[in-house]
Amino acid sequence: MPEFVLGLKCKSCGKLYPKQPINFCTEDFGPLEVVYDYEAIRPHVSREKIERRPKTMWRYRELLPIDGEPTVGPQVGGTPLIRADRLAEAIGVEKLWIKNDAVNFPSLSFKDRVVSVALSKAREFGFTTVGCASTGNLANSVAANAAQAGLDTFILVPADLERAKILGTSVYGARLIGVTGTYDEVNRLCSQIALKYNFGFVNVNLRPFYGEGSKSFGFEIAEDLGWRFPQHVVCPMAGGSLIGKIHKAFEELVAVGLVEGPVTTKMYGAQASGCNPIADCVKSGRERHKPVRKPNTICKSLAIGDPADGYFSAKLIQQTGGWAEDVNDDEIVENMLLLARTEGVFAETAGGVTLAVARKLIEQGRIPRDEEIVICITGNGLKTQDAIAEAVGEPAIIKPSLTAFDELFAEAHQPEPMLV
Amino acid sequence: MPIVVDLPPPIREQAGGNSQVTVQGATVRAALTDLIAQHPALEAKLFDKGEIRPYINVFVNDEDIRFLDEMDTAIADGVTIALVPAVAGG
Repeated sequence: MPEFVLGLKCKSCGKLYPKQPINFCTEDFGPLEVVYDYEAIRPHVSREKIERRPKTMWRYRELLPIDGEPTVGPQVGGTPLIRADRLAEAIGVEKLWIKNDAVNFPSLSFKDRVVSVALSKAREFGFTTVGCASTGNLANSVAANAAQAGLDTFILVPADLERAKILGTSVYGARLIGVTGTYDEVNRLCSQIALKYNFGFVNVNLRPFYGEGSKSFGFEIAEDLGWRFPQHVVCPMAGGSLIGKIHKAFEELVAVGLVEGPVTTKMYGAQASGCNPIADCVKSGRERHKPVRKPNTICKSLAIGDPADGYFSAKLIQQTGGWAEDVNDDEIVENMLLLARTEGVFAETAGGVTLAVARKLIEQGRIPRDEEIVICITGNGLKTQDAIAEAVGEPAIIKPSLTAFDELFAEAHQPEPMLV
Repeated sequence: MPIVVDLPPPIREQAGGNSQVTVQGATVRAALTDLIAQHPALEAKLFDKGEIRPYINVFVNDEDIRFLDEMDTAIADGVTIALVPAVAGG
């Protein structure tokens, strides 16, 4: 495959760098982003060519920053875009879809997308040890994908993470380190480790490449809608990267001629009230977010108090005409149940946040009820079962006898005609 | 005990190749002013129009100064000030 990546570019001062494992500009510490030669890509892609490829994120490989074929996570992505008519009716809108990365392979969150790029890249750069700072889903994904790739790991997480996310990392044989502090403290420590040790930290020194994997979430939404864009996208925000990458994906599909532009999709960000730096930034009209010292929410996967892409996500939301909101723990649980009970999708707490925020924005009149809405589900509810344990109640227990069932049935129902 | 500033590798060249520089000052601002007095080439890397650049986080003994008194955070002998690139995570 020809070379389409031009290098890395500082989003702050524009300085260009050759491809290398570095996440910030050495002039002003600004974030680096992968830049592509879209004109060179254009003749190499077509809808037909992409549609003939396997239904994974790698069908868009010309727009992903690896050299040659992916060596880690070749089967990631290709998750369902669900037309959610029952949920639409429940919340009073006409056209609603759910992009469901709760069933992403192999580790049941959108993080498999970023990790497959980052670890493929780590191998290209010759790293044998990889790692990450994580609120859980990324830890699961790095551990699973590194196991399959035969890479050593150092995975650092806040020590008070949900048990399912701890076990779902350790099971793969990963070297997991619980840090007594917030995610932001874990992240700072990882930055210091990455500057000292020669590890490939997916969301530190490999971050420019890693983030690009999220674009495939956006490519898939557009393709599954019939090569077009929805009017509104509601996306959860932790570090604030995904929302920007979905929008970048739409812009790139126009840039390489796969979808007609311009992109007019409005982007909406969702956070928990107990950790809402980006939503607060948007709502208060601040230019830069105010970091949250001690996040306090059941939605630990979004509990990043000092989001690296806070500035850019808030700016994108404002530029596209979207908005951001945040919701409390009760609203999160209520909406996890609503999603499960209308669409059969068991999302993690972040999914509850995103649906709750979407409803809030619809109630506020910010998202019109008759326009097309996509809600982004990024992780699986099996990993955050404690959050809903009280709300769903205990099952009825009976003896293995028909009489016992008859009694239970009679208690709950008026007499109905018997089949036999 | 002196006050020590930890520098990340990309700006060590501007500090004569040192990973740590010993400084004096009663606040973070005073300490960083002393750092720049010793190594003037660091000023353009760390500051923009007199303000610390937005993508550098400053920590005093592992605590982010944005949760303290920012650049006015009082410091005593023996503390370590770490300058850490902010663009990571998520």
